[in-house]
Amino acid sequence: MASYSTNEFKSGLKIMIDADPYTIVENEFVQPGKGQAFNRVRVRNLKTGRVIEKTYKSGESVEAADVVDIEMQYLYSDGEFWHFMHPDTFEQMGADAQVVGDAKLWLKEQDICQVVLWNDSPISVTPPNFVALKIVETDPGLRGNTAQGGTKPARLETDAVVNVPLFIDQGEVIKVDTRTGEYVSRVKD
Amino acid sequence: MHWRPSATPVVLKERAALLNRIRRFFADKDVMEVNTPVLMPAGATDPSIINITAVSPRAENSHWYLHTSPELPMKRLLAAGSGPIYQVCPVFRGSDLGRYHRPEFSLLEWYRPDYGYHQLMDEVECLLIAVMPSEYTSTKAERVSYRDIFLRVLEIDPFQVSVAECRECCDRFALSVPDNMGVERDIWLDLLMSMLIAPKLPQDRFTFIYDYPASQAALAKTRDENGRDIAERFELYWGELELANGFQELTDPDEQLQRFEAENRHRLDRKLPTIAIDYKFIECLRDGMPESSGVALGLDRLLMVLTGARHINEVVTFTDEI
Repeated sequence: MASYSTNEFKSGLKIMIDADPYTIVENEFVQPGKGQAFNRVRVRNLKTGRVIEKTYKSGESVEAADVVDIEMQYLYSDGEFWHFMHPDTFEQMGADAQVVGDAKLWLKEQDICQVVLWNDSPISVTPPNFVALKIVETDPGLRGNTAQGGTKPARLETDAVVNVPLFIDQGEVIKVDTRTGEYVSRVKD
Repeated sequence: MHWRPSATPVVLKERAALLNRIRRFFADKDVMEVNTPVLMPAGATDPSIINITAVSPRAENSHWYLHTSPELPMKRLLAAGSGPIYQVCPVFRGSDLGRYHRPEFSLLEWYRPDYGYHQLMDEVECLLIAVMPSEYTSTKAERVSYRDIFLRVLEIDPFQVSVAECRECCDRFALSVPDNMGVERDIWLDLLMSMLIAPKLPQDRFTFIYDYPASQAALAKTRDENGRDIAERFELYWGELELANGFQELTDPDEQLQRFEAENRHRLDRKLPTIAIDYKFIECLRDGMPESSGVALGLDRLLMVLTGARHINEVVTFTDEI
């Protein structure tokens, strides 16, 4: 089993804690005066996203997490799994609802997503920062109201609901920032 | 290729000016500057210190130690009648890298024959007043014993507490406990000191912590106080940053040799390499070293405090891949 010594700790390193894979967010080496030194680390659980603090005795070894970030193309969902394909090997993998999480609101077929694999299975999916999605339901657009503020909810083809300006119509394609869930602009063909 | 210094010109000037003020401080007090060898045939037995060695070109499979502190040869100078001495030098310790740690760093170390360690703390404070901008020393440094700071912050007595109670204390303060902490109380006290006490030290003044448990004596004299075995040792902090370590120097050759040997046994228990003992130093204690106090102060860290640097790399010239 691969492992890391605390002197290899740095942000981004993937380690195992209580049988879950974590990434190191911040590592601080602490040794006031003489005596035992410690590493105080902030780590993010790669499955849940939760950030916790851990302390290690310096010089200890910690099991490495076999985690890789890769780009995969989203293919389709069969309702139970969301299927992705490796763009080079064409290998396909399914991720369940828990793994896909909120990303499912932004997954559009053919889009390239960031997938985190742990022991060769997907544990998290990050959609592209910006996606173009079609509006399937919203109140009729108000013509001539392009300058005014004011928004209305619009349901997209992925079932996501975003607030859009009043002048936007059903059937239009809009660009959304997936990190905030906010409307960015119209997409013109 | 990135070849430029890691410190800015402003910081380099601050560094030079700080060194000037330090040298003036000691010159005014007739403390002599000395230089002892960086390469030594003996090293630091303290298991918490990782010695860095250099391959000797003289014989196969032999090595020299880059000194982790100039302490022992400086004490040999004291025994030879040098009177008060100080040294500014690079020292080498193979610890992890960190905001406050590099394997090579600068120490200011000085020794005062006939000074007690409280008197030396006074002088450390005088030095800080002389070399640091006044805003750092306008509030008098706090002095608190190791026992009192534990009682104040954690409400436990470090001289009495059990390992189980240390663990309870971690839980009480929601501190994640490292694996493999073992049953050595000092390691638990180190954890509590580093993680819970140091972060709560005053942020606007220097703090001296003194009178450590005898089990953490290193090279300090010990005494019995109401049944507690106390090491006459002190540390200086700025906020949670440890800056200096001082001792009422142990002058008993037999006890000193026993401590070195015990540290080497401790190293074997922890599967660490044993370190060659400096028997010439033991011999100098046998011939008689004056009662003295000594202190080593991390110059890079003091410069970090002075310049507000966030990382030690900002106050040294070059950090090429080390």
